[in-house]
Amino acid sequence: MSESDKKKPNRRDFILTATTAAGAVGVGAAAWPLIDQMNPDASVKALASTEVDISGVEPGQSITVLWRGKPVFIKRRTKEEIDSARSVDLKDLKHPEKDEDRAKDPEWLVMLGVCTHLGCVPLTDKGDYNAWFCPCHGSHYDTSGRIRKGPAPTNLEVPKYVFINSKTIKIG
Amino acid sequence: MSNHDYQPKSKLGKWFNDRLPLLTLSNHLQEYPTPKNLNYWWTFGGILTFCLITQIVTGVILGMHYIAHADLAFESVEHIMRDVNYGWLIRYVHANGASMFFLAVYIHIFRALYYGSYKSPREVIWIIGMIIYFLMMATAFMGYVLPWGQMSFWGATVITNLFSAVPFIGESITNWLWGGYAVDNPTLTRFFSLHYLLPFLILGLVILHIWALHVPGNNNPIGIEIKKPSNDTVPFHPYIVIKDLFALILFLIVFAFFVFYSPNILGHADNYIEANPMVTPAHIVPEWYLLPFYAILRSVPDKLFGVIAMFASIFVLVILPWLDTSKVRSAIFRPIYKQFYWFLVADVIILGYMGAMPAEGTYLIIARVATVYYFLHFLVILPVLGSKEKTLDVPLSITEPVLGGYPNQAKTKDKLNIKESL
Repeated sequence: MSESDKKKPNRRDFILTATTAAGAVGVGAAAWPLIDQMNPDASVKALASTEVDISGVEPGQSITVLWRGKPVFIKRRTKEEIDSARSVDLKDLKHPEKDEDRAKDPEWLVMLGVCTHLGCVPLTDKGDYNAWFCPCHGSHYDTSGRIRKGPAPTNLEVPKYVFINSKTIKIG
Repeated sequence: MSNHDYQPKSKLGKWFNDRLPLLTLSNHLQEYPTPKNLNYWWTFGGILTFCLITQIVTGVILGMHYIAHADLAFESVEHIMRDVNYGWLIRYVHANGASMFFLAVYIHIFRALYYGSYKSPREVIWIIGMIIYFLMMATAFMGYVLPWGQMSFWGATVITNLFSAVPFIGESITNWLWGGYAVDNPTLTRFFSLHYLLPFLILGLVILHIWALHVPGNNNPIGIEIKKPSNDTVPFHPYIVIKDLFALILFLIVFAFFVFYSPNILGHADNYIEANPMVTPAHIVPEWYLLPFYAILRSVPDKLFGVIAMFASIFVLVILPWLDTSKVRSAIFRPIYKQFYWFLVADVIILGYMGAMPAEGTYLIIARVATVYYFLHFLVILPVLGSKEKTLDVPLSITEPVLGGYPNQAKTKDKLNIKESL
C-alpha cells in the first residue's frame, strides 16, 4: 500500500460507518418505546382538569382539592392578607413575582400545595408569615405563596385556572 | 490461586467436569488459600451473602401475597400480617432483614476502610462493592414504598423530587419517574417491578465481587501481600467456613431479637397510616441506614447543591482507592490515620443522628460541620496523610512477628534484598 492509500477512506470504511450508524439509529428507535412507556399515560392525562365549587368558602378560609394527584390550595384571602402580600418590596424576594401576577382576583389565591423543595404539602396558616410552612425541611411562604425563607428555590406554583362563574373554578 | 489441575475422582465426575468444570470451581472454593490471621470483622462477607439470600427468599414469598395497586397495597400488607400462614413472620424477617443487611454492610465497609482493603490491587472489588451498596439503597428505598403507608408515600415523594433539582429537564424527569404528575399508582407498580429485579442484579454483582476477590485473594489485618498458599494461609474449607458459620449464628441472635421482640422498632408508626396525598406527616424521616446521606442533603441550603452533595458523598467512596495514597494498607501501622478513621466513624454516626432530627437550629449547624468534615476526610486528610504520615514498620509475613522466623523463604529473601539494596 502506498502512503496515499492509507489515508483515503475506502469502500470498506464507508460500509462500516454506514452500518454502525444505521445500527445505532435502530437501537435508539427500538429503545424509545421502552423508555416512553414510563411517561404519563393516556388515562393519567385524561384527568387534566377539575372543576371546584367555591361558594362555601368564607374569607380567611382555605380549601384543598386534588388535581392530577396533587393537592391544590384555594384560599379566599382577607383584606389584611392581600395588603401584606402586595406591600412587599420585590427586592426582598428570593423568586420575585408580583402578587398581582399570582392572583388574578386578589381575593382568591389558587396554587399547587406542593412545596417546591422536595414536594411535601405545606401547612396552612403556619410559619413566620402566618401563611404556609413546609414541615419537611422548613420552607416559609408568605400570603401570596412566595418563598421567603428556607431551602425551597421557587414560589408555590400557580396552575392554569379560570373562573367559570362566581361559584366555580376550573383548574387545568 | 488454588490448584487448577484438579481431577474429580469418579468417572462420572470427570466426564461432567470435562464438559462443565463446576467441580473445579467447587474445589477452588474449598481449597482457596485464606490468610490465617483473619479476624471476626472478616466474617461479614458470608453474613451479607446470607442476608441477600434471605431477602430474596422472603421477598419472592411476599410477592405471592402482595398486590401492587394504590387501592389494595396497604390492605394486602395487613392481609399478609393477619391472614397468611406465618405471613407476619415472613414480612418481619424481610423488613428487619433489610436493616440487618445494612448493619452488616456498614460493618463490612468500615472494616475495609480500617484495613485498607480497597487499595491496589483490590480497587475493582471495592468499586463493585460500592455499586452493590448503591443498588441496595435503591432497592431498600423502593421496597419501603410498597406498603403504601404515609412514610412510604412521602418518602417516595421527597426522594423522587430530588431529580427535579436537575436544571431545565428536572420536571420531565420526575413526571417520567412517576408516570404522572405526582407519586401515584403507576409509581407504585413500577417500583414493585424494579424492587423485584434489583436484588438479582445485586446477586450477579456479588458473584463478580467474589470473583474479583479471588484473583488477588483476601486482604488481612496486617495488610501485607502474602504468598499463597504458604504457612501464612489456611484452606477456606473448613477453617473459614466454620468461623463464618459461628459468626453467622451470633448475627442471627441479633436478627432474631429484632424479628421476635421488637419488629417495629426500626420502622415508623406513620407507615401504619394509609398513604394520603393531601397530608404530609409532620416529620419525614428515611430508614435509619439512609440518615447520614439525608443529613448531608438537608445541610446544604440550596436544592440543587444539596442533591449534588448527597450523591458526591457516595461518589467520594468510589474514588477512594485513588484518594488514599498511602502505600501501607492496615491502620495498625498508620498511627495518625487510625485516629482520623475513628473521627470519621464518629462523624458518620453524628450525621446519622442529625438526619433523624429536625433540620433547624443547633442540629442544622452540627449537621453542616459534620458534612464539611466528611468531605474534608476524603478529599484533604487522606491525600495529605499519604505523603506526610510516618508509618510503622510492616512485618514481612503473618508468621514473622509471632515466630520471628521467615516462613516464606523466597518472598522474604526478595524483601531483604530490597531492604539491603536501599
